[in-house]
Amino acid sequence: MPSAASFDIAVVGAGIVGAACAREFAEAGLRTALIEAEAIGGGATAAGMGHLAVMDDSEAQFALTRYSQVLWKELAAELPAECEYLPCGAMWIAADEEEMAEVHRKQRYYSERGVPVEVLDTSSLADAEPNLRRGMAGALLLKDDSVVYPPCVAQFLVAQAQRDGATLILGRRVMRIDGNTAKLDDGSILFSDNFVLANGSSATSLVRDLQIQPRKGHLVITDRYPRFVRHQIIELGYLKSAHATRADSVAFNVQPRSSGQLLIGSSRQFGNEEAGVDGKIVSAMLQRAFEYMPGLKKLSAIRTWTGFRAATADKLPLIGPSPGRENVYLATGHEGLGITTSLCTAKLLGDLLLRRTPVINIAPYLPDRSYAVHG
Amino acid sequence: MTEARRTVDILVVGAGPAGMAAAVRARESGRGVLVLDDNPAPGGQIWRGGQEHSPSARASSWFAKMAASGAQVIAGARIVDGDAKRQCLTVEMPDSAFEVSYDKLILATGARELFLPFPGWTIPGVMGVGGLQALVKSGLPVTGKRIVVAGSGPLLLAAAAYFRAHGAIVPIVAEQAPVSRLAPFASRLAKHPGKLFQAAALRLALHRSRYRSSCWAIRASETERLESVQLQQHNRVWLEPCEYLAVAYGFISNVELAVLMQCQTGAAGVRVNDLQETSQNQIYCAGECTGIGGVDLSIIEGEIAGYAASGRDDLAGNLFKKRDKARQFAAALESAFALRDELRSLADAGTIICRCEDVTRERLEPMRSWRSAKLQTRCGMGPCQGRICGPILEFLLGLHPESVRPPVFPARVETLLRQEEETRPT
Ligand SMILES: Cc1cc2nc3c(=O)[nH]c(=O)nc-3n(C[C@H](O)[C@H](O)[C@H](O)COP(=O)(O)OP(=O)(O)OC[C@H]3O[C@@H](n4cnc5c(N)ncnc54)[C@H](O)[C@@H]3O)c2cc1C
Ligand SMILES: Cc1cc2nc3c(=O)[nH]c(=O)nc-3n(C[C@H](O)[C@H](O)[C@H](O)COP(=O)(O)OP(=O)(O)OC[C@H]3O[C@@H](n4cnc5c(N)ncnc54)[C@H](O)[C@@H]3O)c2cc1C
Repeated sequence: MPSAASFDIAVVGAGIVGAACAREFAEAGLRTALIEAEAIGGGATAAGMGHLAVMDDSEAQFALTRYSQVLWKELAAELPAECEYLPCGAMWIAADEEEMAEVHRKQRYYSERGVPVEVLDTSSLADAEPNLRRGMAGALLLKDDSVVYPPCVAQFLVAQAQRDGATLILGRRVMRIDGNTAKLDDGSILFSDNFVLANGSSATSLVRDLQIQPRKGHLVITDRYPRFVRHQIIELGYLKSAHATRADSVAFNVQPRSSGQLLIGSSRQFGNEEAGVDGKIVSAMLQRAFEYMPGLKKLSAIRTWTGFRAATADKLPLIGPSPGRENVYLATGHEGLGITTSLCTAKLLGDLLLRRTPVINIAPYLPDRSYAVHG
Repeated sequence: MTEARRTVDILVVGAGPAGMAAAVRARESGRGVLVLDDNPAPGGQIWRGGQEHSPSARASSWFAKMAASGAQVIAGARIVDGDAKRQCLTVEMPDSAFEVSYDKLILATGARELFLPFPGWTIPGVMGVGGLQALVKSGLPVTGKRIVVAGSGPLLLAAAAYFRAHGAIVPIVAEQAPVSRLAPFASRLAKHPGKLFQAAALRLALHRSRYRSSCWAIRASETERLESVQLQQHNRVWLEPCEYLAVAYGFISNVELAVLMQCQTGAAGVRVNDLQETSQNQIYCAGECTGIGGVDLSIIEGEIAGYAASGRDDLAGNLFKKRDKARQFAAALESAFALRDELRSLADAGTIICRCEDVTRERLEPMRSWRSAKLQTRCGMGPCQGRICGPILEFLLGLHPESVRPPVFPARVETLLRQEEETRPT
């Protein structure tokens, strides 16, 4: 006989997004289930860099990332040491005067919106990050940006959800959702009034016509080199890379971990759904990194890995009811910002489900807009 | 990063007995051969340090054959990455790196020791059996030092003899296997030509009080440096003063490079057919990386792989019978020295399992998969890349290590830069 547990809400996927959602719902008193097919935080969440970034791609993206940063600051005090919360700030590097103009534009943008920033010129940048190649035009320092170790955060959020009564179903995959039932891969049925799809790009297997594409990324991690870099460092050219929607692209992005290790990124590829490491793209990515930070060459690399970002056409996540299926909510499409925006995603879904007034306007993230775009 | 790319007919990884035998037979069959090994000299584990350090007749004969064969050998060359589709490997040298393309690849990457944690196993003075042997070979003086040898397998005796020959006092050799398994094994040994000497040594040892069966180390003095080790035999527990504890519980095949090259593996090691061919076209595997079987089997497998990779299946076939016999011996070895369950409870809650990242047993106990263990505790994420703690977790908690990602050994970041396809010689 199928088991007949009944919930107010069942969250599919215990990546950082699903974990944050389960915590939000359980805390609000909803009977919550969290179903994870593999390991907690073992999907894109394990592959990500864990840079908690504010972004200015669009007003909607800014609102989401900035609100998320506020929520992260609140959470930071509670995070156990293994979550490796590091309020290191981020530096956007301008290689030349053209990019420096962009630094000033961003400075105005963020300052107007109350985000603490600082502009560094050539020499103050060299002091702040001595391992950068000399002669960079300057940088924008985003003081509120920080870094976490995402898999442990996911685990922590799940534990909090469980403490508040959520049921974790680990090692089971949701095969289909019909009305208020979900069929799991062992044949059992789970009853729930509502469902949240927080299973990244796999969400396409549970609702039809969902426009999400996996976008492959590579990272390299080194041995321990404390203070080799002091901030999350990203080239401004990254923006061009992140915006390319078809071609493969790479950009210089390096992150200090609290262990002293460095994460080196980043790459973006469409149409490559193979999880294996692609030597060619790793080469291109490292070549780019060496142009900015030649000293990286001689460091010892321990591992390379890949992950998939769930990308939408307009680069905004899908948060809210799935069109035509009123009790199935989407929490996916976070592309390269899902670690950052997980907390805000959970908050907004909680607002919708519990009819609270959201702190930010939810309209830009509602899934119908994507269906409207794609017809 | 890369110098000019090299191209060879047959590329052999590992210059231990298996790799040397493979290289010799492939050269005899008229193929161009390059052998790469990350040690400073050929010889592998058993003939470590080259000919001067391994005066046995058999070692000398293989070193001589190697020298005469014309196979090119590069020592200090570590394979860190590879691509089965492009048929090439990335090689890191102390201060350079290059890529090698091959027609046929023979992996003879050998084995490493299996360590099982117990309280105090991480303090200075506690070492692997082969590790301490290697240190002595490279000059560590042990004259007058007390060395307790413990763990499992026939090599404990060989190591003890080696330490004694270098002036050390070996008060005890603690073998975890019971005499009820060892005695039949010793009689069996006697039936193998060439193993009579070992059989005699083992039988003799079994009668000498210094060789204890059903005996193992349960704790090392948790002082700054090793002072004594607590041993257990049946119901008796006692302290044995010593300066070194050399301990290992047998061997684990080095399959990582084969896995990276997408070769299938089984419980014992890399899967091969009669001709030592792996599941991947053009890739052969020989020696301890196909399963632990001792030096005789390693050499025969190496010869077969060398012939087969050169298209001499006929000559390879002539060696099948000999290999069957050596494999029977390997099977007997495995059952005689099977690890006992008690060893699973040696590590207590606070014992470190992952030495790179200081992860204790109690943090790993709740983990349901290797992946969770890795993600939640960082176990296996350090510079040893899980080589030490992976097999431990498998033995203690039944967690199976996940797939291998490049580099297979830590490598300079610049080594990961790949040479442009265009520069590949045609
Ligand atoms: C290389 C790289 C770098 C990145 N860097 C950053 C960064 O610096 N900052 C940032 O904010 N973001 C970053 N990201 C993005 C971030 O990692 C993702 O947006 C985020 O992890 C998405 O989390 P998730 O919970 O939606 O997905 P996932 O972590 O993929 O979780 C989905 C989970 O659902 C499970 N699942 C799937 N299908 C089912 C099913 N049918 N039933 C049950 N369970 C199922 C999976 O096993 C998985 O655990 C990066 C991503 C990559 C690839
Ligand atoms: C620590 C140790 C000590 C031993 N001591 C003895 C002993 O005293 N007496 C005895 O009878 N047997 C001993 N053995 C067993 C003996 O090693 C084997 O029976 C036999 O040597 C196996 O030969 P092989 O060629 O398969 O592997 P090995 O002799 O292990 O040779 C493999 C070689 O490949 C190299 N290699 C592996 N991966 C790479 C890579 N990625 N790049 C470059 N090079 C690589 C290794 O460094 C090594 O030199 C010992 C084994 C070990 C592990």
